[in-house]
Amino acid sequence: MRAMVYRGPYKVRVEEKDIPPIEHPNDAIVKVNLAAICGSDLHLYHGMMPDTRVGMTFGHEFMGVVEQVGPSVQNLTVGDRVMVPFNIFCGTCWYCARGLYSNCHNVNPNASAVGGIYGYSHTCGGYDGGQSEYVRVPFADVGPSLVPEWMEDEDAVLLTDACATGYFGAQLGDIAEGDVVVVFGAGPVGLFAAKSAWLMGAGRVIVIDHLEYRLEKARTFAQAETYNFTEYDDIVVHMKKITDFLGADVAIDAVGAEADGNLTQHVTAAKLKLQGGSPVALNWAIDSVRKGGNISVMGAYGPLFSAVKFGDAMNKGLTLRMNQCPVKRQWPRLFEHVRNGYLKPSDIVTHRIPLEHIAEGYHIFSAKLDECIKPLVVPSAS
Amino acid sequence: MTYTYTPAKPPLTESTDQLRARIPGWGVDLDPKDRPSGTKLQYQPDMTGAHWDFPDRQPEKWPRERSIEHKFLTPVFGTACPPRRLSGAIRRYSYKKYSEGRAAHWLLLMAADRVDAWENHVVSFASLHPDNPITETGVLSEFSHHGLSSRLGKKRADLVHQPLDPIIVAGPWVVAAWVGLKALRKVRGKR
Repeated sequence: MRAMVYRGPYKVRVEEKDIPPIEHPNDAIVKVNLAAICGSDLHLYHGMMPDTRVGMTFGHEFMGVVEQVGPSVQNLTVGDRVMVPFNIFCGTCWYCARGLYSNCHNVNPNASAVGGIYGYSHTCGGYDGGQSEYVRVPFADVGPSLVPEWMEDEDAVLLTDACATGYFGAQLGDIAEGDVVVVFGAGPVGLFAAKSAWLMGAGRVIVIDHLEYRLEKARTFAQAETYNFTEYDDIVVHMKKITDFLGADVAIDAVGAEADGNLTQHVTAAKLKLQGGSPVALNWAIDSVRKGGNISVMGAYGPLFSAVKFGDAMNKGLTLRMNQCPVKRQWPRLFEHVRNGYLKPSDIVTHRIPLEHIAEGYHIFSAKLDECIKPLVVPSAS
Repeated sequence: MTYTYTPAKPPLTESTDQLRARIPGWGVDLDPKDRPSGTKLQYQPDMTGAHWDFPDRQPEKWPRERSIEHKFLTPVFGTACPPRRLSGAIRRYSYKKYSEGRAAHWLLLMAADRVDAWENHVVSFASLHPDNPITETGVLSEFSHHGLSSRLGKKRADLVHQPLDPIIVAGPWVVAAWVGLKALRKVRGKR
């Protein structure tokens, strides 16, 4: 089969690999219809996540058709059209039994601090991902769901991470009616978080970024008020000014490890790898939110320490909530929202990249060329 | 009027009715009971489709490296890219010696990643599929996907550090070529 393969920082290519075998009785093999490149894949691509091995296939957002099932699989059959959450989870450990599917304790021997994620380094379990023609899906009776007949493939693939994560991020903000919500980052997760904040009754939704075309999307897709932080000497002071010096009630970090806005933070994290991530957006969130406010962290950071302003967070009495999104837990409600027309996930797709052109796809997304917001990967176009 | 220094909260510019009219679905998840992740750690028996208490164990085909913060090898695990060569030895040492709480664990793994990349670059040159930094970085898309117009005249904060990327990617190759050349000249000089 053809598969994307990591060759070292900033380098990927397509190689011929063996179709993955069934390795556990509850495995399935899924033929990938559509995959996506996630903003967090860029952290792997840039060599920021520890134990990212040459030869690994990335891709934790994918959907497709069941090609083969293991002997204990009861809930799927060959030919089923399925969407697969980015979390790999067993369904019965202490965490899964409490709905924390992203924290499953039975799928990642490499680390106890994070669950299993497809194609996301050995720190997340060492599983190959879905930017390929076929992928191994462990716990096939637990993770994947049938794609509803009325749902399009492009909507389904975005529900496997970006849309669900944005929706989850808004929930962790514990938004109350009329709250002022500021979202840092107008990438896919930030756009979905902003859109979701309205569903939870926000009174004002503000999105901050430095890419004008993404801010335009935040205005049209998420009906948000937007600010380009490069136009202000100090974006935190501006947030205070526009909230009558109270600050936002809720702030959502939808940027993560490669945040811009402070050159020292960015270079020490993203280029020199001296901290787990550049916490610029998180620090701005801490400083922009009002005292007693809530911070929701959806941006991905590496396991090394980062220079986060915990003193301010403590002194302000903030509540910080964060997690990898337990995707499947979001689906029943998100399916309703998509069906009712409140959310149209595929509206943010800007590029459809044939698998054979994966290197160009990563560069376009990484360098923010061509007004790229969300690139999909199409194996069958190869 | 400044509200913040008084008990009142600054008023919103739009009323609830205006928001409901402007935003499709505004407030449909206003009730926390409608939010799927509203209740943390709520026991949810039989919600997942699993039909086991503890899963069957996947066969361990090589000594699988694992965190010492786990009691045992998890029943299911990824089998991509088993550890090999010097990078594999560094990785195995890091997993065996240090917990996730130690910076040494992660710094060794990052070091192993860099060694792994160079091992594979070198091996690729002895294969029919050598690494090609031009095609593998996708840099030619700069010409086909508006590289210049995506940057020129834009207020992009990343433009200040993007020039570092070619140095990070090409720098080690240039240094390696220079060291190789020097070594070659030295050998020739001795003859």
